[in-house]
Amino acid sequence: MQQAERKDSMTGSLATTTLGWASGASLIVVLVTGLITSPKDANQGEAVRLLYVHVPMIWIAYGSFIITAVYSGLFVAKAASRPDLGRHLDRVAGSAAEIGVVFTGLTLVSGALWGRITWGVYWQWDARLTTTVLMFVTYLGYLALRKLPADPYVRSRRAAIVALIATVNLPIVHYSVDWWRTLHQGASITVGNKPEYTNDILIALLFAVVAFTLVALWLGIHRYRVIRLEEIREEEGIEMAIAARRAEAEVGS
Amino acid sequence: MSEPGMGVSSAARTRPKGLTFLSRYDDPAMSTVIDMSKAVVLLERFPALAGATATVGAGEIVLLRGPNGVGKTTFLRSCAGLLPVASGRLNVLGHDLVAARRAVRRHVALLGHTSQLYDDLTVVDNVQFWSRASGVRDGDLMGALDRMGVSKRLHSVPVERLSAGQKRRVAIAIVIASRPRLWLLDEPHAGLDQSGRGLLDSLLVDAAEAGATVVFASHELDRAEAVATRSLSFSGGLIVSDDE
Amino acid sequence: MSELLREAGLIARKDLLIEWRSRVAVNQIAPLGMLVLVVFAFALDANQSLLDRASAGLFWVAVLFAGIITVQRAFTLESEHGIRDALRLSGIRPAAMFLGKLAAISIQLFVLEVVLLFGVVAMYDATVEEPLLAVVTAGTGTLAFSAVGCIYGAVSLGLRARETLLPLLLIPVVAPVLLAGTRALERALGVSTQAGWNWVGLLVVVSAIYTAIGLAVFGPLLEDG
Repeated sequence: MQQAERKDSMTGSLATTTLGWASGASLIVVLVTGLITSPKDANQGEAVRLLYVHVPMIWIAYGSFIITAVYSGLFVAKAASRPDLGRHLDRVAGSAAEIGVVFTGLTLVSGALWGRITWGVYWQWDARLTTTVLMFVTYLGYLALRKLPADPYVRSRRAAIVALIATVNLPIVHYSVDWWRTLHQGASITVGNKPEYTNDILIALLFAVVAFTLVALWLGIHRYRVIRLEEIREEEGIEMAIAARRAEAEVGS
Repeated sequence: MSEPGMGVSSAARTRPKGLTFLSRYDDPAMSTVIDMSKAVVLLERFPALAGATATVGAGEIVLLRGPNGVGKTTFLRSCAGLLPVASGRLNVLGHDLVAARRAVRRHVALLGHTSQLYDDLTVVDNVQFWSRASGVRDGDLMGALDRMGVSKRLHSVPVERLSAGQKRRVAIAIVIASRPRLWLLDEPHAGLDQSGRGLLDSLLVDAAEAGATVVFASHELDRAEAVATRSLSFSGGLIVSDDE
Repeated sequence: MSELLREAGLIARKDLLIEWRSRVAVNQIAPLGMLVLVVFAFALDANQSLLDRASAGLFWVAVLFAGIITVQRAFTLESEHGIRDALRLSGIRPAAMFLGKLAAISIQLFVLEVVLLFGVVAMYDATVEEPLLAVVTAGTGTLAFSAVGCIYGAVSLGLRARETLLPLLLIPVVAPVLLAGTRALERALGVSTQAGWNWVGLLVVVSAIYTAIGLAVFGPLLEDG
């Protein structure tokens, strides 16, 4: 009984609590491997430690936006005939996009810090950076749309369409910016052009990827559940509103 | 509270009396025009209709009564296929609006509180656009404007320079020209002067005699009751009485 | 198909007629575009050689400003006075709405661009060395911009805060259009030696992609809400 009540009012479950502890523990491991046990890089020096944050962040951001794209596509295809499934798809798409935006923001910040140390500047008009910042604002717009007051289904459908267009747009942006930069100037410094890393650094990076993926999953599942609870509350509100409306009629007649 | 569906039946229908503008639709097989049962319609999250039940037959002129905020406008908009029915049943002109809401729209006219006119366009521009948009090619546009007492002088005047009553006359003329089978009018008398109201009332009677069905909400009860063959009273998102 | 085009023509004709009668584009939007060109001259300290080199980019920034307002106006028209309901009741196909709006917005913007191009030539001392490339760039760039604009005009239609939402959604998506348009126009103005027609090719591809998307999504976008 208590269990059931807990399930309806909280967003935690045994699985996610475990996941939460696992994320926390793995972050401690990353602190140790990233800051203490891994050596500094021959070329980048201590700045290499920023990669343990930067690289997992952008992978997770891309992964989140792929999830948003897939679930938005499924929403457009299925939501009209299966409303309950549609709501599930919409919640997944929305919570994944939130995670993606947060991690893209962190990618940009960590990248700018790394760039300042390594290149001497915070920003380069490189294809990857330009694409990333446009991706960031694209999904900020998507989240802004999701927050506007409107009929929930209509809003979800418009948001799904915007997410699909964003997905189509990103390769176009990347391709055009890439073309622009290669035409304009010789090979600029790119983030991808990494020197050889030692095994210690690669192992630390691997730990970091696992740890931040666990964190993102944990956050995403909780976001999903919070959105679901909000919807449940609104639905109960509608049932009460219908009852109240009918009671109004009885008094009136 | 009488049982819905006991109102005036299709027997009341008569042949058109020289009203060419309505002759496009004359399907004797259609006797029930609106069939609504326990319909719940949500506006964002507010149940504007909370389980309303009503039946309207062809050729009827039905008055919707009740104070503001009881669901009359939502009833009209739902019947036009503009609002999704969250639960319950709604059939209009044989179309199941729970399943698909698009097909019915061309056969329905809905005149709300708004003018539905482009301010920058002239009266004739507007009438031409809207009748072409609704697929009417042979409509008697000038006849319709004439019928609503919109003088020739106003034809080339931009709508934004018309008074509220003149706009309403133009909007009604567009409804006439599009020859709908179901007229849904939300406080059509509002803004009209005495002669306009008289024109409108006679128009509604003519439309019904020609086989169209009219459902309208009005607070001008004396005038409306004289025209209506039946009235439905709304309260709290429900239809609480049905009177001949 | 012919019915679709008839309806699209009806919408386009109506929008252009509204412009003809109200003259908003002529009296307000075009002067605004010119004003943007003037303001950039202030920002760059009226440095003639700098302005000449930047002229292609500034041209497209002016188009962007004017374009956003044009799209906003085109969709505000349809959301006033219950017109949106009336359009839904009329049974006009959403795809026809998209094509009609696309045509009307593209035509207005294209005319505006011709005016702005004269402005760039006159004020920034730019010279049009490849007129054909300049015109085709403007045409394809306009089509690509308008297609994206129509989609997002419909996305923000009827929503509160649509004035702020539209630019936020629109600009990241038209960024490649601005980029390609600028590069191609630089070539046409003789500022760079890049392959201008390749950029036009990109604009054609982008126009085609977003026109196809618009035709597909206008139904779901306009249907309800």
